[in-house]
Amino acid sequence: MAQSEILNPQSSILIIGIGNVFRGDDGVGILTARKIRERKLSGIQTIEESGEGTSLIDAWKDRGTVIIIDAVSSGTKPGTIHSFDAAAQQIPTRFFHYSTHAFSLAEAIELARVLNRLPERLFVYGIEGKNFDAGSGLSPEVKKAGNEVLTRILREHLTPA
Amino acid sequence: MSKTTSVNLRGNSIKVDFLARVEGEGGLHIKMKGKNVSDVKLVIFEPPRFFEAFLRGRKYTEAPDITARICGICPIAYQMSAIHAMENALGVKIDGMLRSLRRLLYCGEWIESHVLHVYMLHAPDFLGYQDVIRLAKDYPDVVQRALQLKKIGNEIVTLLGGREIHPINARVGGFYKVPSKRDLQPLAERLKWAQEAAIETVRLVAKFTFPEFERDYEFVALRHPDEYPFNEGRLVSNKGLDIPVSEYDNHFIEEHVPYSNALHSVLRQRGAYHVGPLARYSLNFDRLSPLAKESAKEAELGPTCNNPFKSIIVRSVETVYACEEALRIIELYEPPDRPSVAVEPHAGTGYACTEAPRGILYHRYHIDDKGIILDAKIVPPTSQNQKTIEQDLREFVSKRMNLPHDQLTWQCEQAVRNYDPCISCATHFLKLTVEKD
Repeated sequence: MAQSEILNPQSSILIIGIGNVFRGDDGVGILTARKIRERKLSGIQTIEESGEGTSLIDAWKDRGTVIIIDAVSSGTKPGTIHSFDAAAQQIPTRFFHYSTHAFSLAEAIELARVLNRLPERLFVYGIEGKNFDAGSGLSPEVKKAGNEVLTRILREHLTPA
Repeated sequence: MSKTTSVNLRGNSIKVDFLARVEGEGGLHIKMKGKNVSDVKLVIFEPPRFFEAFLRGRKYTEAPDITARICGICPIAYQMSAIHAMENALGVKIDGMLRSLRRLLYCGEWIESHVLHVYMLHAPDFLGYQDVIRLAKDYPDVVQRALQLKKIGNEIVTLLGGREIHPINARVGGFYKVPSKRDLQPLAERLKWAQEAAIETVRLVAKFTFPEFERDYEFVALRHPDEYPFNEGRLVSNKGLDIPVSEYDNHFIEEHVPYSNALHSVLRQRGAYHVGPLARYSLNFDRLSPLAKESAKEAELGPTCNNPFKSIIVRSVETVYACEEALRIIELYEPPDRPSVAVEPHAGTGYACTEAPRGILYHRYHIDDKGIILDAKIVPPTSQNQKTIEQDLREFVSKRMNLPHDQLTWQCEQAVRNYDPCISCATHFLKLTVEKD
């Protein structure tokens, strides 16, 4: 959902929260993005996506800086934060491979790389989830990690130089 | 979200035991004894069961938006089935432009879902690529075209649905807001391109090599007196079924199977049946537009199709139809006087099936006199096809026992993908177990 403020796609920052708030910890990406939106920061646009890859490629089209927050299930401890500079490095597919119904984040990034459709800067934060069952609400350790990602994004990307 | 269980595709077992997914999870287990397949189990976990419970006690107006969240790929189908079921319960009839707008919205969903599956998931199987990323390295223009074509579907859904994922603009009685003629005009120009791109898609996939595999399915789909079906019609089959949707529960039953939390849907006293593009096409070929029929003919597709691998052609033909139908609706469009008709709640039961991209999606609701949901039943197309997928695999594998393990695994994945099940992406990495005795 685009905010009403008209932003320059090149100079503004796009934050994409990915997931499904009805699948337990899978909602952490979206819920964290909402917290960023609530701060009404200038030059920041936040959107929510299911994680379907082709829509992501459209969402980051012509953007300068994009930050993605998603839940992962890679076998590490719940609440572990995995971060990637996707424009600079390949995303290990084990992190996001089944992340959507069909064609997921890691594949979208790699397909966009092949087709030269990546944004200039793309940072991905993956938060290790614990419970992906149907139902709403985050596990405590995942909620905590979501807050930490929020702090990191604010500090590393959204603080004026 | 994702699960990263290790994948072992070597040795004598094809194991697909865990496919963790946001929209569904599953696994596939094939057991062989000598030269025969002794068991095939497709395991999927279904979010609708949670939603059925979640809906109880909610207002009838909330069902469309809540159920739209069951699936990130076909939210419109869930929304439409919920809306039609509630309107059925409350005796509301929508016609004219409001009805056309619903068809237009469904066209958008078919375009995005079909294009995604045809190009991103199924085509790599036929062309010998592990995935679309590798395909894009050799055929970047083809993949760019796919992305552009799919985007037009997204644009229709975003414009009419209010937003692309979890659309919120459709409601019981109509829409919250309807577009102006001018809002739709830019889409018309792009749909003209899309229609041509869809025809090219049919030409492309028709050239693929298809395994020789046909079965005598009982196809089940909606059938409408005048239209290729989206939202309305009777439930018909090629083996004599012809019922109003309200009789669904008298003819279809759901069976518990011990290895899955998904219920297997079967036709009473007849067993497995087949829903989705192949069924729709074979039961409604005469309702397709001349252009779509022409496109099918060029692809050497007859009026019925019993080879599930050719579903990729049928999806492409349906994409041609969806583009053309969307264009037709936009050209005739005049904004309705009001975005919705008045709806007053009263106690009742409502039934609806609409044609999700993957096949009929059934909703049934009991509501009380204040419109509070007392009971909900949702049967998604994937669970209706589940038994048929297992039967396909049983027959398919038994004739290919001598194939090298990797090749057999590949072909099994391809056979599951014929149905574009809600575990579709995961089946690209199908942790399938083929146990050989």
